[in-house]
Amino acid sequence: MAFVVIQFLNGLASAADLFLVSAGLSIIFGVTRIVNFAHGSFYMLGAYLAFTLVEGVVGPALGFWPGIVAAAVAVAILGGLLEVTLLRRIYQAPELFQLLATFGVVLIVQDLVLLVWGPEDRIGPRAPGLEGAVSLLGHQFPRYDLFLIALGPIVLGALFLLFRRTRWGILVRAATQDREMAAALGVNERWLFTSVFVLGAFLAGLGGAVQLPREAVHHTMDLEIIVEAFVVVVIGGLGSVTGAFLASIILAELNAFGIVIFPEVTLVLVFLVMAVVLVIRPTGLLGRPEFAIRAASGVAEPPITPQSEAARNWVFAGVLGLAVLPVVADAYVLSVATEIMIFVLFAISLQFLMGISGMVSFGHAASFGLGAYGAALMIKHAGAPMELAFLAGIGLAALGALVIGWFCVRLTGVYLAMLTLAFAQIAWSVAFQWYGVTGGDNGILGVWPAAWAASPIVFFYLTLAVTTLALVILRRIIFAPFGFGLRACRDSVLRAEAIGIDRRQVQWLGFAVAGAFAGVAGALYAFLKGSVFPDVLAVPVSVDGLVMVLLGGIQRLNGPIVGALVYKLLQIVLASYTDYWRLVIGVIIIGLVVAFPQGIVGFFGTRLDALLVQRRNSP
Amino acid sequence: MRLEVHKLCAFYGRAQILFDVSLKLERGEVVALLGRNGAGKSTTLKSIVGLVEQRSGRVVLDGRDITYAPTAHIARAGLGYVPEDRRIFTELTVAENLLVGRQAPRPGAPAWTEKSLFHLFPNLAELSDRPAGEISGGEQQMLTIARTLMGNPAALMLDEPSEGLAPLIVEQLGKAILTLKQQGLSILLSEQNLHLARAIGDRVSIIEKGRIRFEGTMAEFAGDQTISRMFLAV
Repeated sequence: MAFVVIQFLNGLASAADLFLVSAGLSIIFGVTRIVNFAHGSFYMLGAYLAFTLVEGVVGPALGFWPGIVAAAVAVAILGGLLEVTLLRRIYQAPELFQLLATFGVVLIVQDLVLLVWGPEDRIGPRAPGLEGAVSLLGHQFPRYDLFLIALGPIVLGALFLLFRRTRWGILVRAATQDREMAAALGVNERWLFTSVFVLGAFLAGLGGAVQLPREAVHHTMDLEIIVEAFVVVVIGGLGSVTGAFLASIILAELNAFGIVIFPEVTLVLVFLVMAVVLVIRPTGLLGRPEFAIRAASGVAEPPITPQSEAARNWVFAGVLGLAVLPVVADAYVLSVATEIMIFVLFAISLQFLMGISGMVSFGHAASFGLGAYGAALMIKHAGAPMELAFLAGIGLAALGALVIGWFCVRLTGVYLAMLTLAFAQIAWSVAFQWYGVTGGDNGILGVWPAAWAASPIVFFYLTLAVTTLALVILRRIIFAPFGFGLRACRDSVLRAEAIGIDRRQVQWLGFAVAGAFAGVAGALYAFLKGSVFPDVLAVPVSVDGLVMVLLGGIQRLNGPIVGALVYKLLQIVLASYTDYWRLVIGVIIIGLVVAFPQGIVGFFGTRLDALLVQRRNSP
Repeated sequence: MRLEVHKLCAFYGRAQILFDVSLKLERGEVVALLGRNGAGKSTTLKSIVGLVEQRSGRVVLDGRDITYAPTAHIARAGLGYVPEDRRIFTELTVAENLLVGRQAPRPGAPAWTEKSLFHLFPNLAELSDRPAGEISGGEQQMLTIARTLMGNPAALMLDEPSEGLAPLIVEQLGKAILTLKQQGLSILLSEQNLHLARAIGDRVSIIEKGRIRFEGTMAEFAGDQTISRMFLAV
């Protein structure tokens, strides 16, 4: 019994920082409608800055408590600067581009942290006055954890007062519900947005800082916390601070008890709880009805039409050009070209999911990775030939997408997107932790193609053939009745259902199709690299896909091809020149979002359209 | 406060909704903007306060060009807007809704307080602490006007305030709007309810399919039955 109580208190203590981060994320989203990926970066910066300020690595040591507060304030200021310099420019852009820009910030901060603090873990000091442990029911319980347990409710209470008792808080609540109306009443949005961002960043920074005496500070804590925070926000309901509080306790308790009772299934538990909550309450425990995520630019998009003769010829010429590439290129160039084609396929499958089916995924890596693991596992454990393993990869990806999709089609918008991310992260953890089967972070080696396909030239042609075929099939699907059904559901669920389309069924199948094709890409990738590591399931792969699709323009059929080509090439070239390629890519992503809010192909396409109209109209 | 609209055009996507709409609202005057459903009344008002993104033309408020000013700045310049669909902050209480609209008093415009607004709309006084989502449609309509008045506007745009309200409430509302007129507010009233428009309007503009088709005094409009038959009859 005593043990249960202690473990419960442990859970409460680790809920504190999760709550701080999730609350900030939720508040920022509520008002600005920005899903701030960089919120995990604020958390990480809070931890590193606290480490530096408390210890006085540069400048005077502030001591523990002033150092913690100073770190949170510093992060708040950084958040404000970010809002004023970057986000303000892109509030008019589609939400997904804003998301992309904040992910650019994530990449930049990751490299800056490496540059400033180095790759080693940093261990913070104990909190003065709260060192050691108290005796509780015969167990030793850290004093500092008692402070953390109190911190959560204190912050919740403070936020409650802030939002109920101050004019600022009332304005924030008003703007969360109807930002246009608030503006029409003279509420200055700019100032409100900046201040909300500052508050959110402060909470995240504080969350990172108070964690200092508990856990080592390291440079992957940003993505770890943001994924957990997404889960919290999905369970608790977007825009609800109390919901975030409840959900972070639920999540932390599941972890606390899961780890001691069944360490292997902790994640499954978390996932089950989330699934149950979402099936019963699709907007989370205390969420508002719905926050739609606008994938398109808000302006009515011209409907997708079959390609013109000219465009078809260009694609054909591109395939022909690739076919003669092995004549001139060496093995390295061929492997780069093969990799790019694989990511073209991956990006196309994601566009099918987002652009055609209208389901935004932050976790498409799950399908890619399952494809890769399906193939690799088949080879490792069954000694299967490449062809069979390849099919197994597609099968596993399709199966995974069916499971994930079953939950996801019950949601829409941001909730759906965050759920996909959570699922991808679960898949990643399974691959990472299940040493017996997946080899954990040692990966699976020796996933080579069959003898006939072993030469880089043959594998290049194989990839070209598979990618082209997959592309043709996807096009067929888009212009088949099923594809029209998907687009109908995307544009208006109500009208689609009114004419007899079973929305969930159609979207579920769409999800599975997109997953299967991503699985094809993943299986090809496994054979190209000869190995599979948990990285193929990780957040960066999902985000790479998003970047490619969005850069290309989500509503342009050929967009992802251009997007994948440009982005992957950039990544490969940069990685060969500098260790800090994330920094450069981050800056480039932000630059592109600010310069081309419609995507590259969208940007030039719109101008081309305008030119054509002009020419047609001029005598 | 004087409001001038010159050749206002507005678009939703590729569809043009307004075609060279011009309007004039003199100080202390009530102009009724009449038209059938979908004629462009709401879009006109929305475009004036900058809530329609794609627009062209010129909007001048007391000599100041506000065509491309941010919505909040337009509101702060003294132009109050009461939307058609009320857009009450349903999660806030009645009193909190009023607080959102509060601005500093403006020279040359009546200064409102929560108390004086409760005097104008007595029903609201007892509802002060109720969540605004729980009050009736008529009460919400009063609240949305009161909320905009908390900004002490010098000119007011009302978008179909009588829509969906019981006749008794419409009468009450008409009295309140008349009070505002007597206090010297310039009012642009978009309406389908001819009765209400006749009772308080000085001049009339009729909009049809995004174009202004008639402009004149209330007397001219009332004297010529063909006008209303042509542009307003269903």
